[in-house]
Amino acid sequence: MRLNRKDLLGIEELSKEEIELILSTAASFKEVSEREIKKVPTLRGKTIINLFYEASTRTRTSFEIAAKRMSADAVNISVAASSAKKGETLKDTAKNLEAMNPDCIVVRHSSAGAPHMLARYLKSSVINAGDGAHEHPSQALLDMFTVKERLGRLEGLRIVIAGDIAHSRVARSNMHGFKKMGAEVTLCGPPTMMPKGIESICGVKSDMKDAIKDADVIMMLRIQLERQKEALFPSVREYSRVYGLDNEKLNGSKKDVIILHPGPVNRGVEISPEVADGPWSLILEQVKNGVAVRMALFYLLLGGVKE
Amino acid sequence: MKPKVVMDKKSVERAMARIAHEILERNRGVENLVILGIPTRGYHLAMMLQKKIEEIEGVSLQAGAVDATLYRDDIGLKEAQPLKKMDIPFPIDGKTVIMVDDVFFTGRTIRAAMNALMDFGRPVSIQLAVLVDRGHRELPIRADYVGKNIPTSLKEDVKVHVEELDGTSEVVVMPTEDRRRQ
Repeated sequence: MRLNRKDLLGIEELSKEEIELILSTAASFKEVSEREIKKVPTLRGKTIINLFYEASTRTRTSFEIAAKRMSADAVNISVAASSAKKGETLKDTAKNLEAMNPDCIVVRHSSAGAPHMLARYLKSSVINAGDGAHEHPSQALLDMFTVKERLGRLEGLRIVIAGDIAHSRVARSNMHGFKKMGAEVTLCGPPTMMPKGIESICGVKSDMKDAIKDADVIMMLRIQLERQKEALFPSVREYSRVYGLDNEKLNGSKKDVIILHPGPVNRGVEISPEVADGPWSLILEQVKNGVAVRMALFYLLLGGVKE
Repeated sequence: MKPKVVMDKKSVERAMARIAHEILERNRGVENLVILGIPTRGYHLAMMLQKKIEEIEGVSLQAGAVDATLYRDDIGLKEAQPLKKMDIPFPIDGKTVIMVDDVFFTGRTIRAAMNALMDFGRPVSIQLAVLVDRGHRELPIRADYVGKNIPTSLKEDVKVHVEELDGTSEVVVMPTEDRRRQ
């Protein structure tokens, strides 16, 4: 089994076997980050550009550390400091970057499909680090990795994804991923934050306690506070009371349930501090595993024969 | 040409027992020794060696696995290879590392494994034990302990089988094309 593709654009187009390959490769890479010398020479001489048109701390740092631990050279470009501010189009920026011969461009953009467009124009590999409300494949892979590492399997698990589903690329990628791996996905959130017609693909519940009562995994999404002016929810306090995960709601769930959150966390809004820091929370484990998953992606995409 | 068994279970066992004795003789006992096998089958041979030494000296040496995959010099020349077991759960600084592989061929795997090892610490010395030396070295590397020298042509493949994975321990020589067809 090999990952026979130039780019990683989304979970939707990956097969179950490809996801398994990425997860098992990541398991081997986790060991590298635990060494005293946290570096292997595998991707010596490769150049990886992180092109981020949206703010990011965790994801960008994670890709950068992953690249460096593989001995690739990582270059970070954030929009505030780039020529996009001067009106250069995405395509022109990418073409100019490509003229400097990178092997991989990791791109985050507010428009869905931006990485796909780049992948068509560029000879280098493209990894989607989040495109609009579409996909965030490396996040879903690290979420699946974290669950599999803790519970030993994905097949047959009950996963609840709760929050602003409609605007969440994390939810979309995870939904595709967990379903492909044989888990059962239930979505929970206010009806204004549910994509139309989603019931035909996933279970949908609007009552949080009911949704989580027999869940193996609860994935809380970050509520985008800037969306409050779109009137998708009446007030932060009400959202938190109805959909926020706290000890009281958690009381009705399985005793060994695990809790994920892609970050950044709004403490006291979608998740209470005692839950975020509690024994069921794997939030920091997710961040740790993110580096291993991204090392695996670089290895599988860049460590083979160049066509 | 048909696959030919050049070492059966008995001769593999005997060769490993002799290597165990040679290691103890050369190092004057077990002091400071650790064993690291190169997966997949070098690791199983390392486990066998650990057992043989324990039978002789009554001491179970620390043993682990050192995967050379990420240190290879043919990355980018063929498909990204699956990673294997990397397990060095003890410090190797100041130790004499007995590195174990199944078939000693070009020497490139050993070079890669030594580089991997150096990322984990600074052993006082590294000694190489192999079950089969088939010749055709491409790097100036030699083995300290050899189970059997088997002169081969480049059209042949040497396969080591181990109990845990293949049902029995033996060494088989077969034509290269044969393996490609399998």
